[in-house]
Amino acid sequence: MTWTLIILLAVGAYLFKVTGLIILGGRSLPPVFERCLGLIPAAIITALVMKDTFTVGQHLTLDARALGIAVAVIAAWKRAPLIVVIVLGAVVTALVRQL
Amino acid sequence: MTPWWRDPTLRPAIVACLTLSAAVGVFGVSFGVGSVAAGLTVLQTCALSLLVFTGASQFSAVSVIGAGGSIGSALGGALLLAARNGVYGLAMSRRLDGSLGRKFLAAQLTIDETTAMAVAQPTRRAQQVAFWVTGVALYACWNLGTLIGALAGSAIDPKTFGLDVAFPAGFVAMVWPLFSDQRARLAALIGGAVCLLTVPFTPIGVPILLSVLGVLVGLQRPANAPNSEATQ
Repeated sequence: MTWTLIILLAVGAYLFKVTGLIILGGRSLPPVFERCLGLIPAAIITALVMKDTFTVGQHLTLDARALGIAVAVIAAWKRAPLIVVIVLGAVVTALVRQL
Repeated sequence: MTPWWRDPTLRPAIVACLTLSAAVGVFGVSFGVGSVAAGLTVLQTCALSLLVFTGASQFSAVSVIGAGGSIGSALGGALLLAARNGVYGLAMSRRLDGSLGRKFLAAQLTIDETTAMAVAQPTRRAQQVAFWVTGVALYACWNLGTLIGALAGSAIDPKTFGLDVAFPAGFVAMVWPLFSDQRARLAALIGGAVCLLTVPFTPIGVPILLSVLGVLVGLQRPANAPNSEATQ
């Protein structure tokens, strides 16, 4: 089942790349389209942070992850490198779980 | 003409491309760890990095499937994130030369980092060198990092080390630089709120799809852009 996802995603992701580079190539999209596409990462990645931090299955929860991510947000805000953001988030979450 | 690797004017760009690739390799490690923590095998994890090769989509798919979401919802969210590579392709099509076969290869390498490094260069030649150097180096680093992370992640209990937050913490680091734009902040606010509000009422993974509603912020023209539309 996971393999189905992997293959479909590989094909789909490659098709997007080929569409832009080769099929459409050189043309440009209506500005409103480019504006909306450009906002997809902000909307979806933020939703992924919320899901991975505050939910278990279909339930909303508040646990050690919330503190870990809070520290990660502070680190990102202070422009810490990617690896520092991840390690701080993980370490704080692990420590809170030990309490 | 001096070969590109000996051209002193290209050297700073090449160093920047290689540095970025090494940094992304570290991110690949966190993808590998998080992916096996979410229940994928080492082989599945490596296949994602080799075949899909677009970080945010890979993270998103694994995050949804790991939480128990359906293939459809995992695929939907990941493909929405992959759509922007089409826009990068448009930008790169004006800058790359070569045969069709070469372009099909370039397509697989058309992602955030390669496009960003290429468009930042002043000349067409430097743009092409930056694209290919970043593409090849980053492909190698991302996949090597993924393998290392997947092997390390299967050797330890991820939860004990808090590694289940490797994904959301990585997402935070990914999304933060986008927030310098006011519209991106608003899109993020809507996306995050829609996700949390719909989690209890929709199947797992669907809230991630619904969060794309945040991009409707883009329907409105930027406040500083010329506005020829009549206002009522």
